Amino acid sequence: MSENNSVGLVAPQSAHFDTPLALKSGDVLPQFHLTYETYGELNADRSNAVLVCHALSGNHHVAGKYKETDKSAGWWDNLVGPGRPLDTNKFFVIGVNNLGGCHGSSGPSNTNPATDRPYSATFPVVTVEDWVNSQARLMDYLGIEQLAAVIGGSLGGMQALQWSIAFPDRIRYALVIASAPNLTAQNMAFNEVARQAIITDPEFHAGDYYNHGVVPRRGLRIARMLGHITYLSDDVMGAKFGRKLRDGNIKYSFDVEFEMESYLRYQGDKFAGEFDANTYLRMTRALDYFDPALPHGGNLSAALAHVKAKFLVVSFTSDWRFSPARSKEIVKALLDNEISVRYAEVTAAHGHDAFLMPDPHYHAIMRSYLAKIKV
Amino acid sequence: MSLMNHPTTTMKDNTAIRPDFALISQWVKPQAKVLDLGCGDGELLTHLHRQHDIRGYGVEKDDQNWLTAMENGVDVLQMDLEVGLSGFEDQSFDTVILSQTLQAMHNTEGIVKEMLRVGREAIVTFPNFGYWRNRTQILLGQMPVSKTLPYEWYNTPNVHLCTIHDFDAFCQNHDIEVIERKVITEGNMVNFMPNLLGNLAMYRLHKK
Repeated sequence: MSENNSVGLVAPQSAHFDTPLALKSGDVLPQFHLTYETYGELNADRSNAVLVCHALSGNHHVAGKYKETDKSAGWWDNLVGPGRPLDTNKFFVIGVNNLGGCHGSSGPSNTNPATDRPYSATFPVVTVEDWVNSQARLMDYLGIEQLAAVIGGSLGGMQALQWSIAFPDRIRYALVIASAPNLTAQNMAFNEVARQAIITDPEFHAGDYYNHGVVPRRGLRIARMLGHITYLSDDVMGAKFGRKLRDGNIKYSFDVEFEMESYLRYQGDKFAGEFDANTYLRMTRALDYFDPALPHGGNLSAALAHVKAKFLVVSFTSDWRFSPARSKEIVKALLDNEISVRYAEVTAAHGHDAFLMPDPHYHAIMRSYLAKIKV
Repeated sequence: MSLMNHPTTTMKDNTAIRPDFALISQWVKPQAKVLDLGCGDGELLTHLHRQHDIRGYGVEKDDQNWLTAMENGVDVLQMDLEVGLSGFEDQSFDTVILSQTLQAMHNTEGIVKEMLRVGREAIVTFPNFGYWRNRTQILLGQMPVSKTLPYEWYNTPNVHLCTIHDFDAFCQNHDIEVIERKVITEGNMVNFMPNLLGNLAMYRLHKK
């Protein structure tokens, strides 16, 4: 993963849309904008575009750095770049911040042009379907009729799946990584605890905290700490922290005693300082609501009846939040429709987070699969 | 999972194809939907696709084989056969193949039952433990080690070896109809005393 395989310095762009977007909830966004980044060059026949969809806390900044001094690169930098598995010498890669986000695209923290005040709680509840519809608008704007592939992990994988359902002619390959056809009750329960942490924070002010000059930091922090526990496996937490004490001896207090606590607090604080609480509520709800089988009486195979894309489905053995069994449900529904699908169950210790790690076998799978796509 | 060494013969199109694969190919209908369990690098499915334009899927547990099969253009699914075929609908395939893997399965009865649930027909091939060379080695007081069974007793993955007689009885006891049976040795058909002279047994099965 040498520096010279990086996409290098990048800059975000913005696209504005004046045509109203009808949302699944029944609400309408009269206008909106999307912040996005691109890496590589769109080829002459526009057949090499790949959309990378982000998960709960991600954004459009998939790869590269904004300036040399940036501490870290984009969130999936290890996958994207010249010579990397998603090779920018071959593909034109697009990252987009989803609607309701807090990294540039229209979202609760933005000013509502109709009122000149932040949308805050009035920003509609958006769904995976809405995101995909808005992403399709961005593809129109970029002059891309058909995507070579849509790739996503976790909630991003749900978007890749939704693309294949909503726009069967506009996507050739779907790479659905560490994802699920819907959330289990246990999975939604984690989201509810996270939301309750935010909503019951006295500084949440029913979502209107911007106008009070505060941020519900405590709620966000706890939400993120909880999330982090579920993204890791017991084994990897054990290996990383075990029962290690921060200062070597027990203090019989409620301050940080164990290394694990220190890690969680650090992650929580970092997140609370950079993520928007209203966005977090909406992202978790998008996860909860995604259920393409629902209009088909729970029959996922029926939901995928018109899919034309070919699929790569990948799961990770230690991922208990999006377990291999859930990926296999997607595989089965694809098989029922005789759709081309390849399924890999990668042996990995890192739990749900494994999809962001540069595991050699995992990356070999991604590299091989993407190399076969003709552009 | 390739547990044997395989002699090859040359087909008309000059591609070497294992004789057992050539025989399996005769049992697969054009454009059939085929599931190959333990598909290894995908050689059989690739051959069937070329010859019969089949719609094929492979199941392979091993990481490296899985990757090679995918690179060979096979729709390959990484699953463990020991837990069954719950990811596949009843009678959703024309043919389900288990090629030289039966003897390494722990859940032997279960997998054959599952194959006949998922497939309208099943093809099962396995090394015949009744082959005279194996018998000779046992008579000499040792576990057979050969080109066909290249493992020592202590490191063999083959936990359920059987003879042709054994498998015939298995089918009878499990309400399985043998549509056709072929036995080969070094690529040649064996019609006389197959349980003694045959090295590899090939069955085309169907649920009674």
